[in-house]
Amino acid sequence: MHGSGIPIWFFIGVLLLAYGSMIFGYGIYEWVDVAYYGGQYPAGVQLTTLHTPVWWGGVLALLGLFYVVKFRPGQAGK
Amino acid sequence: MYGLVPASHAAGSFGSLPAMLAFSTEPLAHLRPLDIAVIAMYFVMVIWIGFYLKGRSNTSEEFFMAGREMTAWIAGLSFVSANLGSLELMGWAGSAYQYGILATHWYWVGAIPAMLFLGLVMMPFYYVCKTHSVPGYLDLRYGGSARSVAAISFATEMILMSGVNMFAMAVVMKVVLGWDITFSIFVSSIAVAIYVGLGGLRSAIFNEVLQFVLIWGGALLVPILGLVQAGGVAGLKRQIMANMQSVTGVHGDSYFHLWRDTGTFAANPMGVHWTGIVFGLGFVISFGYWTTDFLVVQRVLAAHNLRAARMAPIIGSFFKMAVPFIVILPGLLGLVLLQNPDGSRRQLVGEDVVAACTVSSASGQVADPGACSAAMAKTTLPAAYQQKVLSAAPDSELHSYNQALPLMMVRYLGPGLLGLGITALIAGFMSGMAGNVSAFSTVWTYDIYKPLINKKGSDSHYVLVGRLSILIGVAVSIGAAYLVMHAHGIMDYVQALFSIFVAPLLATILFGMFWKRATGLAGFLGLLTGIVFSAGLFMWVKLVPSALASVALSPDAKPMAENVFRALWAFIFTAIVLIVVSLLTKPRPVAELEGLVYGATKLPTEEPVPFYKNEYMWAILVVVIFAALNIIFW
Repeated sequence: MHGSGIPIWFFIGVLLLAYGSMIFGYGIYEWVDVAYYGGQYPAGVQLTTLHTPVWWGGVLALLGLFYVVKFRPGQAGK
Repeated sequence: MYGLVPASHAAGSFGSLPAMLAFSTEPLAHLRPLDIAVIAMYFVMVIWIGFYLKGRSNTSEEFFMAGREMTAWIAGLSFVSANLGSLELMGWAGSAYQYGILATHWYWVGAIPAMLFLGLVMMPFYYVCKTHSVPGYLDLRYGGSARSVAAISFATEMILMSGVNMFAMAVVMKVVLGWDITFSIFVSSIAVAIYVGLGGLRSAIFNEVLQFVLIWGGALLVPILGLVQAGGVAGLKRQIMANMQSVTGVHGDSYFHLWRDTGTFAANPMGVHWTGIVFGLGFVISFGYWTTDFLVVQRVLAAHNLRAARMAPIIGSFFKMAVPFIVILPGLLGLVLLQNPDGSRRQLVGEDVVAACTVSSASGQVADPGACSAAMAKTTLPAAYQQKVLSAAPDSELHSYNQALPLMMVRYLGPGLLGLGITALIAGFMSGMAGNVSAFSTVWTYDIYKPLINKKGSDSHYVLVGRLSILIGVAVSIGAAYLVMHAHGIMDYVQALFSIFVAPLLATILFGMFWKRATGLAGFLGLLTGIVFSAGLFMWVKLVPSALASVALSPDAKPMAENVFRALWAFIFTAIVLIVVSLLTKPRPVAELEGLVYGATKLPTEEPVPFYKNEYMWAILVVVIFAALNIIFW
């Protein structure tokens, strides 16, 4: 955003970082908990062997981290 | 909301949703704590942004125009996001399921040329005359009468559309997640009222950019995982080619061609002709929406200088061209990947069939077996499955085309990711609603309240009126949502408002901007009679369905064709009235048209910039990509 203040990209970065971290962490939990897919996982969800939460959560977290660092308040990148 | 043609909606695809409320349905998915946390964080963030920006929305210029300090990127993303409502996402995914990539016309030829035209040709006039709104431009060009007609019709449309979309979204949340209708309506609308009421247009734009990112983050996984499971694009094509002829009666190859089968109305599943697509959709509806609908134009007017205002629609057009990847592709993938619980291919049907076959919560049986049987007879559902539906057997529920996207989300998104997908739908809805109420607030304050009710208020008074109008607008929208819930028949009429107003407004603005001879009386009469003419055509087809063949020029035409041809005739009618009345009345002196009309305006010169910052260079790139996409998918 033009002018002073916190840029919009910082807000986006914060939210993506939070979402990515939560989803990534949950994905790791799923992956290591062998019993998970046998019982608690929602029925009908496909392609669970791709461990989507791990890599998609990771992508979101890294993207969020990039925006948080680059557009943090007071930095030239804003 | 589609902005650009609530065509699928105007054609009634969400029209029978209210019928689904009368009966209990098992939700498609259940949220886990992680999903709920993801959704809750989103609400906290958007409201926090509203509070954060409250201190920067004290003057009318700040509140209504975001201080005119948005960069091209922010304005461009907001410009596209305000159009990318959740019903738009679901409606067009459903249309892709029905019609294949023909639905992509509403994203490419139905958007890109108009967006470039706005940026390169029209934006200088809007920007130079420093108008606060599109009706405001009409005021400067034609006088107060034309402004009042445009402002009142636009404000009415905005607020009613907001209510209808709010209700339709709440119904989707009930069907997908089992959420209470009232809960969905109040939570989402109060959140919008808080953040727009506090931070004005700046807050709406800020959140629209955030919502745009979330829509992509939540929806992008569906086509990626769908393509993995289908065996890539080649696998998807192979499966559609192999199966669709027997299932839908349409040759599978037709699902992958944009133009090849539009030589006649009967040759394509949408029942449209290329002339309607090019002139009705590609010119009248598309230019009408993207260049004169204040909902989207307001975002570009908030740019910090003329170059940014010209670049914003061009930046937006790149993203608009990419949207079919998260909307059209999931619809196509749903054709071959969605399955019933027993593993057979799930076939989606129209809302009318779903409504006819709902199961009574009291008896546990299909409420009207005769109507259900008759409705299913028009589909290609297998006979055995029809019997299961009629006997209300377990796992025999029907789902509509509009549920293609939510069904695909439920298929691929586990805990956390599903919350992100649902957040994408909610974000889409809220960005559309925020666009509605912020545009309503500006038009109400500047084009209705200020000139007609109180001309001498202070700046702070008008800001207060703007804030109050947002609250009132949201309250009226909620009222409209409940009105639709109890009077289902009005939904079609409200959804048609956009398509009724758009063509006359486009003709009025184009003649005003490019013809010095156009007079004030001609602008007023052209706009008013054009709206009456367009509404008359709509009512004619509504009351006499066979009139569709006359409006769309073919007995093979379908409702989608009616929308585009009705817009074309309304544009031509308005243009004729404008020309005739202008020639019979006295024009304004050319000197008074400075800043308003092409040929009478000295456009500001822009500072030279490197080629990679030049809007014409990027516009050429858009044209090349646009042409290539149309050739590839010819």
